[in-house]
Amino acid sequence: MPNNLREVILESGIPVKPTYGPEDVAGLEASGPPGEFPFTRGIHPLMYRARPWTMRQYAGFGTPAETNERFKFLIANGQNALNVAFDLPTQMGLDSADPLAEGEVGRVGMAVDTLADMELAFDGIPIDKISVSLTVNAVAAPLMAMYFVVAEKHGVPLAEVRGTAQNDILKEYIGRGAWIFPVEHGLRLVTDTLEFCARHAPKYYPVSVCGYHIRESGANPVQEIAYAYCIARAYIQETSKRGLAVDDFAERLSFNFDIFGNLFEQVAKFRAARRLWAKILRDEFGAQKPGTMQMKMIAGGGGGGLTIEQPENNIVRGAYYALISALSGAQTMALCSYDEAYTIPTEKAALLSLRTMQILAEEMGLCDTVDPLGGSYYVEWLTNEMEQRIVAEMAAVDREMGGIVCAVKEGTLQRAVAHQAWQLERGLQDGSIPKVGVNRHRMETTSDQHEVELHRYRPEQAEEAMRRTNAIRAGRDQQAAAAALAKVRDVAVNGQNVMPAMMEAVRAQATLGEITEALKQVFGKFQEPALV
Amino acid sequence: MTPIRVLVAKPGLDGHDRGAKVVALALRDAGFEVIYTGLHQTVEQIVEAASQEDVDVIGLSILSGAHLPIAQKLMARLREAGMERVLVLVGGNIPECDHAPLRELGVAGVFATGSSFEAIAAFIRARVSEMEAAR
Repeated sequence: MPNNLREVILESGIPVKPTYGPEDVAGLEASGPPGEFPFTRGIHPLMYRARPWTMRQYAGFGTPAETNERFKFLIANGQNALNVAFDLPTQMGLDSADPLAEGEVGRVGMAVDTLADMELAFDGIPIDKISVSLTVNAVAAPLMAMYFVVAEKHGVPLAEVRGTAQNDILKEYIGRGAWIFPVEHGLRLVTDTLEFCARHAPKYYPVSVCGYHIRESGANPVQEIAYAYCIARAYIQETSKRGLAVDDFAERLSFNFDIFGNLFEQVAKFRAARRLWAKILRDEFGAQKPGTMQMKMIAGGGGGGLTIEQPENNIVRGAYYALISALSGAQTMALCSYDEAYTIPTEKAALLSLRTMQILAEEMGLCDTVDPLGGSYYVEWLTNEMEQRIVAEMAAVDREMGGIVCAVKEGTLQRAVAHQAWQLERGLQDGSIPKVGVNRHRMETTSDQHEVELHRYRPEQAEEAMRRTNAIRAGRDQQAAAAALAKVRDVAVNGQNVMPAMMEAVRAQATLGEITEALKQVFGKFQEPALV
Repeated sequence: MTPIRVLVAKPGLDGHDRGAKVVALALRDAGFEVIYTGLHQTVEQIVEAASQEDVDVIGLSILSGAHLPIAQKLMARLREAGMERVLVLVGGNIPECDHAPLRELGVAGVFATGSSFEAIAAFIRARVSEMEAAR
């Protein structure tokens, strides 16, 4: 190699040569056909040729009625699934009238206090055909209960209800931060939902394990997969203790991964991740059904790669993210809209993201043939390299941090990720990590306000939410509501599955805040470990 | 000279703490004494922590968009507590059009996402030494 050649080391620490050839892949594990174990090239034999990826943009703001309108707009424009954003009070189990909710009601998603709000949001939406994803974690159990009751009212029985909840609490302690209860109680609630769905709602995906937010917090691509797999493994281990066989529930775990960074590193990451998941499920958990071994994912987001500077560049980045997701065999795609750094996407931004995916799927040939990068010397070599490093990182969590639950409880993982984020930021500031518009091709004159239309906060929507909830609280059967809340407390104490009691409480029109408060009385709150 | 004491605080319900942690680590590395509050703090808890830790600076990190109501409340509470001398900075996803309104509320500096560590550190040093000189 000439001495003046630029050195290339991927974010995951892998050095890259200028060329790759047959000698680099000789002796490596062959990728095998798509749709067959270990699914390196895709979980289905025909992938997008049979059915393009599901398009599911994140939406939801203000009141359930406004959110309902946006849902209908997206569906009318060809979106075939919904990804529901809740406001922060809802995500933290607070009613709109709670003093802690002040200034936040309806800001980053829709406000839901009661079953009536959830009913309003899905009014006229064919939820038997449109799969709905609920982006909620600490209070996933009560919100899933609300959704199940709404589905029932739409004539969709529990056994038939489809959809996804994010419901990955362990990653909330690492990134995103919408935790409430101590780690062991958070884990118990996730396990309750997995068990309940396996027994009663077998078509529902109760947990979407998120490497996404871990990467957004500073982890590299290898760590993203490794930590998410450690978390998924913990959920499987806990649910197995409830007397369920792995083939009875693990198929319903899906994943949410980040797309930003080097294109080839991401594609190889997902190919390696599929292969490794299949091996873990078969060899470690004894899975026998192919479906249990298939790693299913939503991808396309990568907020950490977008920039405040020159925000229209984010439209281009979004298009490349969609390309990477398609080359990676994602089941579902949700792109970051170009205004994501500032606000929940405006209608214009959400539509542009949807069109980006449609252009790729319908004009560019991304659905024609499965895993088109498969067989490339570089991509196959890199897939193998990534897999080895993910395995090593997972082993390190067990060996050096006492396993994922302990790591999260004590904050060792959070500290490691924060230090890495600091190093990355230093790299961006000193220019050693290139970023167009930031440390390359910078334009000092750009002022964002001329380019990004902001979704403005309106305090009236908080008042409207409070009025609606007050009316419901005043009109309900108070004894039934109190009894249902007492039952939630009882099952929280005695260890029975919380879901039936949650559904009763929701039907009795107990508010989300009341249900969460009942759980807080039993579980207490998470004490955040110090940042050392 | 005793090191300048900075409270890095995450007010409100937003749990995106990458920026807060990164700035806390960077300022510590630059020689400041840094206390990080952790997530989900009320304005009252932040004022209480600032008073107990006797800090010179409060740096708020806000990404939910609620920076104006939060800053307004914090400035009012600081005045009530007689802590006007504490320098308040706001960081996070703060659109350009909100920088002036934040300054009108009494916020000394706005450092939106992507601000350099050096700029933040230099700003704090300059303002704190101005205040010491004026005392």
